[in-house]
Amino acid sequence: MKKYTALIAIGSLMLAAMTGCGKKDSGTVSTDGSTSMEKVIGALGESFEENNSGVTFTYNPTGSGSGITAVAEGRCDIGLSSRNLKDEEKAQGLAETVLALDGIAIIVNPENPVNDLALDTIGKIYMGEITNWKDIGGNDLEIVLIGREAGSGTRDGFESITGTEDACKYRQELTSTGDVMGAVAGNPAAIGYASLASVKETVKALLVGGIAPTEDTVKDGSYVVQRPFVLVTKSSTDLSETAQKFFDYITSSEANEIISSAGAVPVNE
Amino acid sequence: MKNRKRFMENAIHGIFLILGMITVGCVLLITVYLVISGIPAVRKIGILDFLFGKEWASTAAQPRYGILSFILTSVYGTAGAIVIGVPIGLLTAVYLAKIAPPKGKAVMEAAVSLLAGIPSVVYGLVGMMVLVPGIRIAFRIPDGASLFAAIIVLAIMILPSIIKVSLTALEAVPKEYEDASLALGATPIETYFRVSVPAAKSGIAAAVVLGVGRAIGEAMAVMMVAGNAPNMPDLFQSVRFLTTAVASEMSYAADGSLQKQALFSIALVLFLFIMLINAALNFFLKQE
Repeated sequence: MKKYTALIAIGSLMLAAMTGCGKKDSGTVSTDGSTSMEKVIGALGESFEENNSGVTFTYNPTGSGSGITAVAEGRCDIGLSSRNLKDEEKAQGLAETVLALDGIAIIVNPENPVNDLALDTIGKIYMGEITNWKDIGGNDLEIVLIGREAGSGTRDGFESITGTEDACKYRQELTSTGDVMGAVAGNPAAIGYASLASVKETVKALLVGGIAPTEDTVKDGSYVVQRPFVLVTKSSTDLSETAQKFFDYITSSEANEIISSAGAVPVNE
Repeated sequence: MKNRKRFMENAIHGIFLILGMITVGCVLLITVYLVISGIPAVRKIGILDFLFGKEWASTAAQPRYGILSFILTSVYGTAGAIVIGVPIGLLTAVYLAKIAPPKGKAVMEAAVSLLAGIPSVVYGLVGMMVLVPGIRIAFRIPDGASLFAAIIVLAIMILPSIIKVSLTALEAVPKEYEDASLALGATPIETYFRVSVPAAKSGIAAAVVLGVGRAIGEAMAVMMVAGNAPNMPDLFQSVRFLTTAVASEMSYAADGSLQKQALFSIALVLFLFIMLINAALNFFLKQE
């Protein structure tokens, strides 16, 4: 019987020790959300860890919706969203802070001779009014529309900017930026959209209305296909000391260089 | 002393019971959770509009939640995979069980086990990089991501379960049956298909049902090759399965929204399908 008593005692001691750990400020910052923000938030987290030894930064790439849910449920410190909060989300007591701007590049296969499209032409393509590349100066191929799944921040951003909400005749709805680029790179007739920061050489980014997607054209607003990167926090509860420090750091002008080297356009002066 | 032994014995029984209950508990928990979270959307949308509605536009200003296209796609996709996968799998099993030389058999069986161990995302990746462009070029269609691509991937994915279960069933056929058939003058091939296969039929049926279960529940590989547009099923069109409908939209659906609830309802429909398949499997296994 003595053995059991000892076991129970040890068990309860361990439990007490664990709860003790939870209460202390553990020096971690957890972020969760938009996959499009991976590069930006990863670079910021890395530099924050370098400047503050002993601090741990985590990022969970789950998508804007999941990130917002995670912060609402208190599962992370800062949620990351690549769209503005919806009204029903704000009603849950969430607050948004714009971290940066991101251009959405319109991408085609490098073999495609088309280089420049007007915004309303892009809209017409996605609504199925223009169905062949030869009508807009390309080869005689049926246009294959590649898009993201319903609810994706990139899709939401793209559709609201091009005025094609709920009207896109997608041939493929893929669940990540990488998949979209893979599909476009593998099909000479494809057109897709992806975050400017993650566009690689396997695809060609089109000019929109004669303006190339670059940091300058996104910031001055002349490249029109762009969206915000948003930090989501709970307005009712304060951030932990470390998380607050991280938040202040990434929204200060100090972080601008890192944000732009990661491909997004900083907005905080 | 005796009392103490008895106490230990009972305690251990108790522990085992608790461990066993974990599995049962999980099943119950998932069932109850799915039913509770799946029912509200069906109520709001209306069961007929939900099951037989042809249009799915969950994030539209006027959302529409009809999943007929997903149900039909899952059914057609699974049927297609069975049509292609079962003949290949069954004939492979017959070859392995009756004809193959021992060395060849060992190599082939190892290959089949390996095929079973490949993660579904790898099937999807290879499908996306090789099969989808291949279909686009071979059939001269604008894009290869289609129901057909999904059927091919699923057919390959269900091969291991079909081969292994049929193989076990065929090997369990008493040798006397075959000897009798051969002694009566039947050729070996006649014997395999007229005697061995019919004698193993309940096991083979179980293999097919297992294949159906695997095909209907697969999400990852299908999501990467089927295109995921919510169209009515067509062999060379982009389609969305029940599984991919849940998987592709779940991560972005706002909590408490009708969209998320509807996704749970789709999961509930899928769950009911799989329950039916399990019931069928039990039925065939009991026949043995």
